[in-house]
Amino acid sequence: MTAQHQLTAEALVSGYGNRTIVDGVDLELAAGRITVIVGANACGKSTLLKTLARLIKPTSGAVVLDGKLISELHTKQLARTLGLLPQQPIAPEGIAVADLVGRGRHPHQKLFQSWTTDDDRAVVEALDATGIADLADRSVDELSGGQRQRVWIAMALAQQTDILLLDEPTTFLDIAHQVEVLDLLTDLNHRRGTTIVMVLHDVNLAIRYADTIVAVKDGKVLAMGEPSEVVTCTLIEEVFGLPNSITADPVSGKPMVTPIGRHHVRLTQSATHPS
Amino acid sequence: MTSVHTTVDDRRRAPATSVGARRRALSIAGLIAGVIIAILLSLAFGSRTVSMAEIIDGVTSWVQGQTPSHIGAIAVQARIPRTVLAIMAGAALALSGALMQAITRNPIADPGILGVNTGAALAVVCGIAFFGITSPYEYLWLALGGAILTSIFVYNVGSVGPGGSTPIKLALAGAATTAALGSLVSAVLLPRTAAMDTFRFWQIGGVGGADWGTMAVIAPLLVAGTLVAFICAPGLNALALGDDVAVGLGVRIGRTRLLAAVAGVVLCAAVTAVAGPIAFVGLMVPHVVRMLVGPDQRWMMPLSALGGAILLTLADTIGRLIGYPGETEAGIVTAFVGAPVLVIIARRSRMRAL
Amino acid sequence: MTTLPATPDIAARTALVRAGRIRRSRRRVLVMVVLAVAVLALLSAVIMIGNTIYPVSDVLAVIRGESVPGASFTVGTLRIPRALVGALAGLAFGAAGTTFQTMLRNPLASPDVIGISAGASAAAVVCLVVLRWSGTATMFAALIAGVATAAAIYFAARGGESTGGRLILIGIGIGAMLDSVVSYTIQRAAEWDVAVAMRWLTGSLNGSRWEDVLPLGIAVAVLLPALALLSRQLKALELGDAAATSLGVRVDHVRILLILAAVALTCFATATTGPIAFVAFLAGPIVSRLVGHGSSLTIPAALMGACLVLTSDLIGQFAFDTRFPVGVITGILGAPYLLFLLIRTSRRGGSS
Repeated sequence: MTAQHQLTAEALVSGYGNRTIVDGVDLELAAGRITVIVGANACGKSTLLKTLARLIKPTSGAVVLDGKLISELHTKQLARTLGLLPQQPIAPEGIAVADLVGRGRHPHQKLFQSWTTDDDRAVVEALDATGIADLADRSVDELSGGQRQRVWIAMALAQQTDILLLDEPTTFLDIAHQVEVLDLLTDLNHRRGTTIVMVLHDVNLAIRYADTIVAVKDGKVLAMGEPSEVVTCTLIEEVFGLPNSITADPVSGKPMVTPIGRHHVRLTQSATHPS
Repeated sequence: MTSVHTTVDDRRRAPATSVGARRRALSIAGLIAGVIIAILLSLAFGSRTVSMAEIIDGVTSWVQGQTPSHIGAIAVQARIPRTVLAIMAGAALALSGALMQAITRNPIADPGILGVNTGAALAVVCGIAFFGITSPYEYLWLALGGAILTSIFVYNVGSVGPGGSTPIKLALAGAATTAALGSLVSAVLLPRTAAMDTFRFWQIGGVGGADWGTMAVIAPLLVAGTLVAFICAPGLNALALGDDVAVGLGVRIGRTRLLAAVAGVVLCAAVTAVAGPIAFVGLMVPHVVRMLVGPDQRWMMPLSALGGAILLTLADTIGRLIGYPGETEAGIVTAFVGAPVLVIIARRSRMRAL
Repeated sequence: MTTLPATPDIAARTALVRAGRIRRSRRRVLVMVVLAVAVLALLSAVIMIGNTIYPVSDVLAVIRGESVPGASFTVGTLRIPRALVGALAGLAFGAAGTTFQTMLRNPLASPDVIGISAGASAAAVVCLVVLRWSGTATMFAALIAGVATAAAIYFAARGGESTGGRLILIGIGIGAMLDSVVSYTIQRAAEWDVAVAMRWLTGSLNGSRWEDVLPLGIAVAVLLPALALLSRQLKALELGDAAATSLGVRVDHVRILLILAAVALTCFATATTGPIAFVAFLAGPIVSRLVGHGSSLTIPAALMGACLVLTSDLIGQFAFDTRFPVGVITGILGAPYLLFLLIRTSRRGGSS
């Protein structure tokens, strides 16, 4: 559908200061697909995403876009191909929705060039795609959490990149809004062929929405592939340290992880215990 | 707010850093020795450096109420009031800082940063300019009142909104209030040259002008504040775990906090009234003491007082040496030591919590 | 790049969004025009009003270089430099203040609050009062000291996350230290000169001379357009470092450029007039109420800064029996607004 851009990580090592967090990751992100990175808290999944988006400089190894090191690409040019929605972006006080979405046009604008019809059109398309066209003139401050997240996604869309990285786009949203945002991203992927790479907290939603799932532990990739093929009891136990049981999701037929805690487990001898 | 999470982390970490009795005993011994050394240095150095014998001579004749015959001992006697004031003021400021940090659970709470000094200055200036007050005893009470009002004000402004009093909010509220009150001070002073001269010593704090009379006025306040601080210490330990936990542990948080706050403000206001604005002592000392003996307030309080006494006495002595033939006020010296310490604290504490 | 299949009304709705954007930006233009007119009016007021009020014809004659008895000295030597220095310093403080506030995403983080003015001020005081340097040398010393202060704060705050918050905290500490240098130097000065003291403690336009106008004028003429050019990058930075990077902004480069330009403006102005309280701090927030949100505030805030300084100077000179330096007036006028701003910012939970 689109010019397919290829983003890869080669023997990537990165972290903060002297602390290594991502420790030797090789990753080929399938163009035009949805890749979801999962892992326990502090396993390095977010750092991996940030390194892919050149927010953190790798200590060694490289992030490569279409055969070129991203550190060597012109930053604006890169921003026309690779977009990132950070976990907690900051909305300037009182800004109107359309203006905030319009800020996504930055990489397409030149120093002295004024605002073009293309820019406005991209904004309208982004507003349409995220279903917030009615809110265009409203102030972002007045919006609900779910609507706000749509505005940020719209801003990333107005950037018109073929690859979109998202760092936990569903945090602080209730379950309905989480599904709504993930459906929206899937629509985008289907309609525009945008390559989507995101970090998700909820392993079941990750399995449901991912074409490719990447399981990270201690800064290393443990497994990678189509969820139905790679997600197993042992993998989940290894990644999260949690005994679990896997059944087929009654809705999608994909694997569904049910955690096993120490209580409320229907054992043979306590079968009468309500679970 | 992320601040909540971080405070939770810090709380959990806190008990683990408490150290053994051995280390505590060493710290106490070290600090007491430090106070003695600081006193000796303060008596020994100045425009005329004296020997140990002269110090002993000067002090003994002072105790006996005699005027010594030779000049070295006279110099020592002249240095006694300022040394006593430096010890009192340093101890009180450090204690005040420890109290404020404990109450606000905020690593940078310090009388100087809270704008207490400028509040006191404004009150004194108004007293001199509008009510013709000239006696130091009267403007001592004005300073006290101004300091108390300002600190209450800054704390309240700095703790509006989610997350309570975060370091940044508090620092900004203090800096901004200081600037605003500073302009008012200028506005009041400008048409009144006479008041301006009276006021000049208020610009920078120091103990050079120590005087037994004013010290006697603030001494009861300092003693009372210190006692309250020690009494509050166990309650403040519980408060460090958060209001909800403290209530669960049976602490009457409202009363503990109020008592401790009153003690903290009275301590620093009394010092400011006599010695002028001395910043950063209350900020630095509790941090160093916490590194030595851990976060238990029952030890923090007395050791901070010792540490503050050492710091200010040394700062005053150093100021006398580097400013020779005049002297550099202790307030300047502490500001220069204090700013880098603030930088270190700001770098250590996790700023996401701001 | 593929786009979504064009729906029939997309052109119409594009026009609608465009209209909304233009409507919002028209307000900004209007405010700028009004402020520019106000600055000109205030300039003429400062030039004409005084113990003797000179008519426009006299002022114009002086400007043309004709010799008018009385007016040539009062207007030509005293009032015009005073008005120009006031306007230029206001422009500089306003633009620098709003740049810092926007960049650090905190309306309280202007260069006067976070210690940069204090650096320039301390250097200027030491050079003038202790070393007895000339005005120009002092100005450059102040510039260097201000940049050094800013660099010290910046590097002390670097590393890890949320540099912004730490920067403010460290700046306040270093500012307190440098302020004590100013007080100390003034107190130690051989003669207690009230005018000098007030200039360096609160800022004043008294004694502005033609020699002051030129360096400050050049600085403003170069640096203000530079800040205006960077305003688009600044708008991206406002969304957070991560978002700005992903929009193709080289965050570190742009931030250093912005800091340098804003610090230099602050230092030139501070070296000329002293740290006029609260102008850098207030111009941005006031103007953002007028302009509405989301558009660049650099130029409007600069104009507002000039208005604030000139208005306060007129008030300080003529409203009371005593002539107050401009900084005392801005300090007192600014205080209530500052407190309002403190409380409101805290309520929103914004800071770092």
